[in-house]
Amino acid sequence: MSESEILYSLRHVTKAYDRRTVVNIPALDIQRGEILALVGPSGAGKSTLLRLLNFLEPPTSGQIALDDFTLSGTPPPLDITRRVTTVFQRPILLNRSVMENVAYGLHLRGQRRVQSVVMAELARVGLSALAHAHARSLSGGEQQRVALARALAIRPTVLLLDEPTANLDPGNVALIEDIIRGVNREQGVTIVLVTHNVFQARRLAHRTAVMLDGNIIEIGDTDTLFTTPTDPRTGAFLRGEMVY
Amino acid sequence: MRDIINGFIQAIELIFRADPTLYQIVVRSLALSGVSLFISALIGIPLGAWIGFKKFAGRGLVTVILYTGMGLPPVVVGLIVYLMLSRTGPFGNLGWLFTLKAMIVAQVIISFPLVAGFTMAAVMGLDPQLSQQIRALGATPWQTALTMLREARTGVIVSVVAGFGAIISEVGSVMMVGGNIAGRTRVLTTAIVLETQKGNFDLAMALGIILLGLTFIANTLILWMQEGRFVRK
Ligand SMILES: Nc1ncnc2c1ncn2[C@@H]1O[C@H](COP(=O)(O)OP(=O)(O)OP(=O)(O)O)[C@@H](O)[C@H]1O
Ligand SMILES: [Mg+2]
Repeated sequence: MSESEILYSLRHVTKAYDRRTVVNIPALDIQRGEILALVGPSGAGKSTLLRLLNFLEPPTSGQIALDDFTLSGTPPPLDITRRVTTVFQRPILLNRSVMENVAYGLHLRGQRRVQSVVMAELARVGLSALAHAHARSLSGGEQQRVALARALAIRPTVLLLDEPTANLDPGNVALIEDIIRGVNREQGVTIVLVTHNVFQARRLAHRTAVMLDGNIIEIGDTDTLFTTPTDPRTGAFLRGEMVY
Repeated sequence: MRDIINGFIQAIELIFRADPTLYQIVVRSLALSGVSLFISALIGIPLGAWIGFKKFAGRGLVTVILYTGMGLPPVVVGLIVYLMLSRTGPFGNLGWLFTLKAMIVAQVIISFPLVAGFTMAAVMGLDPQLSQQIRALGATPWQTALTMLREARTGVIVSVVAGFGAIISEVGSVMMVGGNIAGRTRVLTTAIVLETQKGNFDLAMALGIILLGLTFIANTLILWMQEGRFVRK
């Protein structure tokens, strides 16, 4: 995080559904190796922004650059999109064993000898003992850890997290926050974390961006933003005065 | 009741006597429905998956047409195929009428909407966020489709079972376009009709029991494949 190298660079990015603009970002740079939190009320466009960053949907206008690739118009090549992955709020596991779920992204990439990677990721999320269990027989917290292990197994450059702990008990929240911190520190994975929980943003994020009605109204160093917000709406949101 | 019991005894006898005519009919029935089912699956599974995945204009209309196709009366299918293939029909010069080819055409028309319809329902019943998650993990469009089908496998197998059930037991269309020609287009169902008309209730009953048995075995095989090969408890 010391040297700031830009990983994502968004310019004039908009996304509209049925002519209604739900994301409008004139400029946003995401540094390689940082944890960026996205906070904001419901409907602000946070999930939509993550879908754009994962190239799951094209922007309506503007450019999204990742590393040396710039997306504008044409669909991005596979080796670019495969550097990014998302873990969603609700773990969406395949109807297979835990191991097969974690191996899935590797199999998609044509890798066959995946046993050691899969077991290492399961160890990281504390689920080695459940490797052979059926994925859907696990508890919600365990399932989310499987989803996280599955995402980490592909060694992403960027990990996008869409409210990954919103449905979980405090124990699992702490576990997952530790894993997030760990992969960021040890492997330099760049993380964009959408959260409703401003305390979580404070615990994890180097920088925080506040979204409102599709716009990033304020972005900055997490501590600074939380202690001395410059935009009055940020202050209102942080004090919980914003309805969502 | 006597007919049923006699039929049962005679069925056992026929099976163990290895009656060549009977075996021919059984093999022909299975081959006909097998080939028809294979073609139906080849058309129906991708079609059903495609309708289930894609949100396109007119999907509602296509779905209604498909559901109508799932309930097509076999005799109507037989009539239309007959008219198409008869000497004065548009495909008359193929010379397919009263051959197994005509019967395959009719059976495919009967069963592929069932395969497509049940496959579509199975795919549409998947978690709406599943495809997004699969793509986020780096799947190509093809990999996404294959994974989705595999996730919907129970429903896909049901679609094939339904397609098979509809044609192995179907008599209306194969009678019309096949003509029930001994040694060529006679299958179990048409043989049952013929023997009943001739008053050979014992033989008809025997054939019926064999047909039931075959359907039972085929469906068991399909379910066994599903459980042993694809599904974990
Ligand atoms: N596929 C879509 N089609 C139409 N409108 C959409 C679509 N996806 C999102 N929207 C709209 O875009 C806006 C932003 O949605 P988004 O899900 O990005 O918000 P969010 O900030 O993630 O909210 P939440 O905190 O509730 O998850 C909402 O008004 C939503 O209704
Ligand atoms: Mg959201």
